[in-house]
Amino acid sequence: MAEIRLEQLAHRYGGRAAPATDYALRPMAHVWEQGGAYALLGPSGCGKSTLLNIISGLLAPSEGRVLFDGRPVNDLTPQQRNIAQVFQFPVVYDTMTVYDNLAFPLRNQGQPRDTIDARVREVAKALEIEGVLQRRARHLSADEKQKVSMGRGLVRDDVAAILFDEPLTVIDPQLKWRLRRKLKEIHRRFDVTMIYVTHDQLEASTFADKIAVMYDGQIVQFGTPRELFENPRHTFVGYFIGSPGMNLLDVSRDGDIVTLAGAPYPFPRAWREAFAGQAGRRLQVGIRPEFVSLVNAETAPLTGTVAQVQDQGTFRIVDIRLSTPAESVIKARVAEEVTVPEGRVGIDLPLTWLRAYADDQLVEVAHEDS
Amino acid sequence: MKIRDNRAWWLVLPVFVLVAFSAIIPMMTVVNYSVQDIFDPSTRYFVGTEWYREILADPRLRDSLLRQFLYSACVLAIEVPLGIVVALSMPRRGLGVPVSLILLALPLLVPWNVVGTIWQIIGREDIGLYGWLINHAGIDYNYASNPRDAWITVLVMDVWHWTSLVALLCYSGLRSIPDVYYQAARIDRASNWAVFRYIQLPKLKNVLLIAVMLRFMDSFMIYTEPFVLTGGGPGTATTFLSQTLTQMALGQFDLGRAAAFSLIYFLIILLVTWVFYTAMTHRDDMR
Repeated sequence: MAEIRLEQLAHRYGGRAAPATDYALRPMAHVWEQGGAYALLGPSGCGKSTLLNIISGLLAPSEGRVLFDGRPVNDLTPQQRNIAQVFQFPVVYDTMTVYDNLAFPLRNQGQPRDTIDARVREVAKALEIEGVLQRRARHLSADEKQKVSMGRGLVRDDVAAILFDEPLTVIDPQLKWRLRRKLKEIHRRFDVTMIYVTHDQLEASTFADKIAVMYDGQIVQFGTPRELFENPRHTFVGYFIGSPGMNLLDVSRDGDIVTLAGAPYPFPRAWREAFAGQAGRRLQVGIRPEFVSLVNAETAPLTGTVAQVQDQGTFRIVDIRLSTPAESVIKARVAEEVTVPEGRVGIDLPLTWLRAYADDQLVEVAHEDS
Repeated sequence: MKIRDNRAWWLVLPVFVLVAFSAIIPMMTVVNYSVQDIFDPSTRYFVGTEWYREILADPRLRDSLLRQFLYSACVLAIEVPLGIVVALSMPRRGLGVPVSLILLALPLLVPWNVVGTIWQIIGREDIGLYGWLINHAGIDYNYASNPRDAWITVLVMDVWHWTSLVALLCYSGLRSIPDVYYQAARIDRASNWAVFRYIQLPKLKNVLLIAVMLRFMDSFMIYTEPFVLTGGGPGTATTFLSQTLTQMALGQFDLGRAAAFSLIYFLIILLVTWVFYTAMTHRDDMR
């Protein structure tokens, strides 16, 4: 049980000699508090697994420090760090029984027989594999194997943290959901820090209290699922989280006139000032499809034509091609009972939910009381 | 009604003809010899199992059979563990990989009789490197006159020649283990021994089965190397089964007895190999 702190951490697989463009992890600082349930969310190749392996000690970072409870652990092996890790594909000791597999980490620590037996049975019960305890691990199905693999991570109750590297990839969806609940339950019961790597936002938000979104070797935002949804600090968080993701429209300034997707748009003063303060950077505004509303085309500042409607069962996603020179497409999520007008529609972008970005980073805009 | 199409048998025919010429006909010839006493092509007598009874009672055969088993047991006991150790200590990446692979493959490329000649020279106490060194270290060593030295030399020669094979097979087995298994073992705080016992050895089982069978059959049939090195001597100390057989068949031209002998020889190898195979694969099926 420990607080995990990363200081000036960075990693290049080629070591320090590799060119700066080769960062698998770009310099970062981060704190995982004791007892939290965290998810590390990002697309393949963004450095999630690299970061996880650095925390567990399987990989030595080329720069920076890892601290457990304030103590540097860079030079410690995974054994010494007392970390449990569950891998993407099941790793079981083929020739052993399921029972022996689960008991293995405890036996290696030299725990007394009674303790081992009690722990193994407790974990087997939690993972619903009591029935196969005496079976040889090699004869198990893929998801049973993965449960055994996870079980080995959970049996030790003195670990600093348990790390999961996309552990549910090989599990079928029905069971996935149940196992995730189980993990959360185990997390509450044992009060241990858990970090869960995944590329599935649903998995991340159901498991974790706080999610770290990774993109291109960096943690671009760390927050609760709600914060990630309502206030993405990076355009990547905007379109990676949510389904469909955030609409992003280009903004440009020509003297005093600010255009949105190529056509002048009546931004309030605070917004124009915010944009003016970001001269020379790429400007965008973003809004989630949930907050885009369809209005009368005659009075709306922004109009477009309906290009496509996708019925998702409980709601519909409407693609609207803007009538501006840039002809961008904006997605709106509308309730089933709303009738989607054909042809030209007006679009309202409520300022409360509109976010401004400069070079992909969120720009704070002062609220106006008007 | 079930329609039977027997034309497929024609497709099997070429294989059948090939196997007949390569195995069945020669083998039946031997069987034929083993039950007859042949003086010349027109003078032959059917003797039934007489040759078999005679051979089984022959102390010469029993001695060399015993010697042979002892020899194969020594070969397996040294080469298999040594091969595993060599494979475990080989580099897993980098320039060391091709270098060590080539070094290991070298002994395997040397023909049997050349191996015998190499060791015949290298073991001599007057001009041979090893023989001279050992004698100058104060140990009396002469493979041509001392049976124990002859034995050790033949054994060391075999270890030199064939441990590479076991090592290469094991190395290929080790290479097929994904890194994540080692990572998981480190996380689980497994000792080096536990990693070997529960990860490496189970994955090596199949290649070890092949290695053990190949080395058993090969060492059990060894002929050329001891023949070149010691000629079976001193006395009969290194006269193994195949040499006894050759002496009987070609030296004394005792074809009937030699034929009975070779059939027994063949059955022993078959039996022992089967026992190995069953013992090593059987435990799998339990549970």
